[in-house]
Amino acid sequence: MSDRVMTAAQAMYEGVVQEMERDDTVFCFGIGVDDFKAFYGTTKDLHKKFGPDRNFDTPLSEDAMTGFAIGAAMAGYKPIHCHIRMDFLLLGMNQLVNIAAKARYMYGGQVSVPIVVRSVIGRSWGQGAQHSQGLHGLFMHIPGLKIFAPSTPYDHKGCLIAAIRDPDPTIIVEHRMVHQQRGHVPEELYTVPFGRSRVLQQGKDITIVAISYMAIEAMRAAALLEEAGVSAEVVDPVSLAPLDVDGITASVEKTGRLLVVDTDWTICGAAAEIAAAVMERHPVPFKRMGYAPVPCPTTKNLENLYYPNPKTIAETAYQLVHGKPRTFTAPEATEIIEFKGPF
Amino acid sequence: MPDLARFFRQLYLIRRVEEDVARIYPTDKIKSPVHLSIGQEAVSVGVCEALRPDDVVFGTYRSHATYLAKGGNLKKMLAELYGKYTGCAKGKGGSMHLVDAAAGMMGASAVVGTTIPHAVGYAWVQKVKKSGRVVVNFFGDGASDEGSWHESLNFAALKKVPVIFICENNGYSIHSRQLERQPHANLTERAAQYGIPAERIDGSDTTLVYDKVKKAVDKLRGGEGPIYIECLTYRWREHVGPNEDYGAGYRDRKELEPWLEKDDVRRLGAKLPEAERKRIEAEVETEIKEAFEFAEKSPFPPDSELWTDVYA
Repeated sequence: MSDRVMTAAQAMYEGVVQEMERDDTVFCFGIGVDDFKAFYGTTKDLHKKFGPDRNFDTPLSEDAMTGFAIGAAMAGYKPIHCHIRMDFLLLGMNQLVNIAAKARYMYGGQVSVPIVVRSVIGRSWGQGAQHSQGLHGLFMHIPGLKIFAPSTPYDHKGCLIAAIRDPDPTIIVEHRMVHQQRGHVPEELYTVPFGRSRVLQQGKDITIVAISYMAIEAMRAAALLEEAGVSAEVVDPVSLAPLDVDGITASVEKTGRLLVVDTDWTICGAAAEIAAAVMERHPVPFKRMGYAPVPCPTTKNLENLYYPNPKTIAETAYQLVHGKPRTFTAPEATEIIEFKGPF
Repeated sequence: MPDLARFFRQLYLIRRVEEDVARIYPTDKIKSPVHLSIGQEAVSVGVCEALRPDDVVFGTYRSHATYLAKGGNLKKMLAELYGKYTGCAKGKGGSMHLVDAAAGMMGASAVVGTTIPHAVGYAWVQKVKKSGRVVVNFFGDGASDEGSWHESLNFAALKKVPVIFICENNGYSIHSRQLERQPHANLTERAAQYGIPAERIDGSDTTLVYDKVKKAVDKLRGGEGPIYIECLTYRWREHVGPNEDYGAGYRDRKELEPWLEKDDVRRLGAKLPEAERKRIEAEVETEIKEAFEFAEKSPFPPDSELWTDVYA
């Protein structure tokens, strides 16, 4: 394995620079991509490096800007549309669902829409109800879209490159707390495949499928469980659409139990879909975890109750394995404690 | 120079195709909604005759006229309406999603206002590539109610992209009059507020539409853009379906009369020598007959087509 270590945000930056050098039709745009904050640093100075037509700010017009990306893609370009919060994707929903997802089909294969939509889940430091939502469940419902939700720096770069090169519309779900995670990233260009999950840790008693930031929290839970004598296999789906049902089911066949942990609500969500898809093939005891079924509160003590965390994940997994409760204790994640606003 | 015989041929083709669609519709061979352009043909013909084959148009769910005027394949259009595998979208799109990419007719959409930003994006690429190609977007007065209209015009003006916005103002959004939806029904002034040169013209005059669009196209190829042209026109038939609907209560047949007077199928036909007009009519009738036969005889898509074209 490469010993180059960088953050997931740096991996995104490296991937986009390398792809823009390789292909002149790739461009980034979106609110703030060319400002001093540079979309969490992932689009830093791309306009200086590649010219103002390849990294530009937009008016606050997510509906038309999504349509603009679709039109540019129909003309053969490769737009990367950047949304600093996933909440704002709702303003582009009409174009994403009614056009991007359906164009190839309703035009009988005559039209391709190879857009990449990057969107960041903004959890931390009181983001509240409209700046913290994971909405990938809404998009998984729609045939015609592809969705990545990576949790490692390696996968951030590989998923971005795969999405840019893919002929279909792709949404990349990023998470602000994942952006600062560090890990190995090869210098060369590489892709991560759609439809293939990644086993982050082998185990034999329970499969914990954990999405995006929850993969990191689930690894912490797995360490707690190990101290309690429970061996957890942690699986990161990486690709939510298409979903690696075969790979996840193979893990569940081995462990005999399933816990799905999402950074989204559970009702009709990714956790529900993953659980149902596995149960249709191999029924076992299972549970889903995700946001509490309420809007995200701003104040810290309620926010702490809203999200799954290593303690609640470990307790839920233990109950599934042993059929009885056990209390775990875990410190709050350093990236959450250390993060300070105002943004 | 405007070619009146060519204009007449295109107008006559579109009118007669749609009359036959309306005639056949009660047989239920076309099992999906149709929004006829009858009465509005002059806009599409005037615009598309001013374009090059490699220019691109984006239309609406009322796009039979646009599709044919831009050179879309008639056989594939009728087969598409019949739900046949030989249709332009293999029967999976129907009348509201006509497409002929080779002819520069990009896909039409059933959701009002959605293709406006597509045209802007497509045109922006032409500007960046310096291709010299221009893009035309057709939409109705109803689309000007949508946020995408405002957002797209603003961005097109900001980036100075080579797009012509053609507002086919037929006065109604389904059954709602413009002044029931907008306090001040002047879409030309509204477009001009975004810094876009905008003009309102009589959309029943094919030659006038052609002249205005030709001048606009020349400006866009010279690096200017965008340009907005509001074409006043009138939908003769019901919003969706083959019939007239003057008894439905929302409009009076008297509204139609001035538009019948100005009908360019008749006016331009009368300007041609009779022998030439008859020859064109006969050619077009043969073409239409063959296209309907093609649609009738073509197969429906195989079951496996349900699953194709979701992803590449």
